[in-house]
Amino acid sequence: MQKLIKSIITIIFIFIIMIFYISLGKDNSYDTVNLVGKKLDSIEIQSFNNEKFVNTKSFKDNSFTLINFWASWCGPCRAEHPILMNLKESKSLILVGVNFKDKKKNAKNFLEDLGNPYGILLKDESGKKSINFGIYGIPESILLNKELVIIEKFVGPLVEEDYEKILEEIGEK
Amino acid sequence: MLSNLGNILLFSKVLLSLTIIYFSYQCIKSSREIIFKKIYQISLLQSTLVLGCFFTLIAAYVVSDFSLINVYQNSHTAKPLFYKISGTWGNHEGSLLLWIIILTLFSFLFLIYNNNHPKNYRLYTLIIQNILILGFLFFILFNSNPFLSLSPIPKEGLGLNPILQDPALAIHPPLLYLGFVGSSIYFSAAIASLITNYSEKSFAFSIKNWVLISWGFQTLGILVGSIWAYYELGWGGFWFWDPVENASLLPWFAMTALLHSLLVLEKRNLLYFWVIVLCLITFTLSVTGTFLVRSGILNSVHTFASDPSRGIYILSFLSVMIFGSLFLLLNKYRKENKLIYSNSKETFVLINNWFMMFYLLTVLVGTLYPIFTDVLTNNKISVGPPFYNTVILPVVVIFLFFMAIGPKAKWVKNRFDNLGYFALLLFLALVVNFSIIYFFKSSTILSNLVIISSLFLILSSFFDLVNSILKSRFDLARTISHISFGFLVLFIGLNHNFSIEKDFNMKVGEVKSFDNYEIQLQNLELKTYNNYKAIIGNLKIKNILLKEERTLNPEIRIYDNPETLTYEAAIKTNLIKDYYLTMSNIDRSEFYNIKFQKKPLMIWIWISVAMLVFGGFLRIFKNAKIN
Repeated sequence: MQKLIKSIITIIFIFIIMIFYISLGKDNSYDTVNLVGKKLDSIEIQSFNNEKFVNTKSFKDNSFTLINFWASWCGPCRAEHPILMNLKESKSLILVGVNFKDKKKNAKNFLEDLGNPYGILLKDESGKKSINFGIYGIPESILLNKELVIIEKFVGPLVEEDYEKILEEIGEK
Repeated sequence: MLSNLGNILLFSKVLLSLTIIYFSYQCIKSSREIIFKKIYQISLLQSTLVLGCFFTLIAAYVVSDFSLINVYQNSHTAKPLFYKISGTWGNHEGSLLLWIIILTLFSFLFLIYNNNHPKNYRLYTLIIQNILILGFLFFILFNSNPFLSLSPIPKEGLGLNPILQDPALAIHPPLLYLGFVGSSIYFSAAIASLITNYSEKSFAFSIKNWVLISWGFQTLGILVGSIWAYYELGWGGFWFWDPVENASLLPWFAMTALLHSLLVLEKRNLLYFWVIVLCLITFTLSVTGTFLVRSGILNSVHTFASDPSRGIYILSFLSVMIFGSLFLLLNKYRKENKLIYSNSKETFVLINNWFMMFYLLTVLVGTLYPIFTDVLTNNKISVGPPFYNTVILPVVVIFLFFMAIGPKAKWVKNRFDNLGYFALLLFLALVVNFSIIYFFKSSTILSNLVIISSLFLILSSFFDLVNSILKSRFDLARTISHISFGFLVLFIGLNHNFSIEKDFNMKVGEVKSFDNYEIQLQNLELKTYNNYKAIIGNLKIKNILLKEERTLNPEIRIYDNPETLTYEAAIKTNLIKDYYLTMSNIDRSEFYNIKFQKKPLMIWIWISVAMLVFGGFLRIFKNAKIN
């Protein structure tokens, strides 16, 4: 019995050391920029206005999709809003807004005050779904093509140069 | 020049460690009952050299000698002198030198202060400690040498990360290192004790002050780190369950368990092997923590520029330590035959240890789990506060009750003839808790339980204090530590329950009101300092109910070297509450994001921890007096 316990203790330690050793060789810098060029996973996310869920697969119907993560409490989101309103005018681009960790009432007021640029409006109340998109702060935006491949990622508020870049990518410039 | 001097000192240190090991071994083999005089002399020389080595590096920082890569990478001529000095240990290489200093000084002090213990036990401790020193010296020399030179010599350095330019952070590493590197000495002593079969209660005497010293400094180090996080990181919290904070907490749990179980070994000559296990795991957890932080496996505010080769070295060293001590322990282990009654002080001490082990395992699992899932399933996850709060908080409630009852129990066999007394204490705790709820409207059942249990502990310790003063039979150290711990939990609970937090986007001149408060962003000021520019907000906070007005000045700082933006919270502290205000700019807009927090009794959290440490140090003085 004692021998068995000794062996188990030793094996546990060997196992831990092995895991440590393997993780040394892993790249653990979390950088969502690496996601560019990869296909977006199929993610179910709740609609803002009702209890229905929307699957990201449905974005296939659009030539291009820009998923924007925002919240009413986020100052930089307010700053980037005029750019989103301009992008709304684009023909081949559908804007998807994911309202992130927000109160519905505040989010509604935000869109009433500043305008609603989003063709599709979704919500992520707990902020957990957004993690699957590789989001770690807001605002962030992801530009997808028809194959749902991420062609561009914008961390932080969209600025004039980003606007130009998006128009270029979707061939409207 | 300083580079050469530093390297020479490092190499001489290697030679001295080898010499000490050689002479100690000779001395063990000799029949003489006393330790060779030259061992003391070489140890003293070794301590002097290591301090010399450290001062050489400090000198290089003070004169901004950029011929040293380390100084070039972490300093700048425009940096204030205080931060030039603290920059010495604010980086990976320099902090390793601090490791060596503590290993060496503790080794020397243990040798000279334990002269009433067996010769061989002391010498083996010295040998093991010097093997540890050599391990870290080789690490410094071959992988992380702070004295590497750079040519051609740059005119200017790269600077120190501005968030590290803070007085609390300058003393945080030395304090913490005194704690967990200090635990190396009882790791060495435990191995020496296994080798020499020195297992009596006098072994407990030989290490107990060292455990208390390391525990005290570890607690202080954690405290100062928390204060820094509260003042500097700008979101008003003081504990983040960041993996690296956890890494400092793990040895703390082991130390706390150890200093309690040492009491049993000392009084009853029991639990010897358990004490040895705790000695071994404390330092092993310290090195594991260092491995996790320095290898870059964990990402956190503490991660130095990571380098996998460092990780491999520390991991190899850690493996040798673990398997060496495990082999020895398993070979020497024999069952203790003495009986412990379930109703006795011994049992209560063991209960303390079970709780500590439970906390330790919880935090260990939470910290390592993301690493394991990443390796085994390729999933990147992080374990955050909800996990720790859910698992740890309910258990703290039970722990506090035991902590109140335990000290009352008698050694060997206890009889509970004071149940009525405890019922009265519980009643008092309930009354105070419900008055708090009545006046301040508290919330959940759990928070009530936390308040009740901490009050129970406070009251029980308070009556102990009164009682011992009346009977003039003092155990002031224990009473102060226990009462402080009760207060710590109570204040954290109250702070958590009654904090207010509000977020606004405001323009200059705008006024916002909420609850009883009115807050106005009056104006902004731009100031230029030696190494940064600051945008200073002038905010007026009015408490309408109390007719009280305060001005707070949060800052946005733009540092030059390296160019970095930091947000400095404005904090007004008094005995009842803290006002905590941060301000951040919103790109291309005239709005500023203002975060206002009212945090009740904040300062008492710090004071409770300081008192907890005071209790520990008081015990050291008392022990010294007895000796």
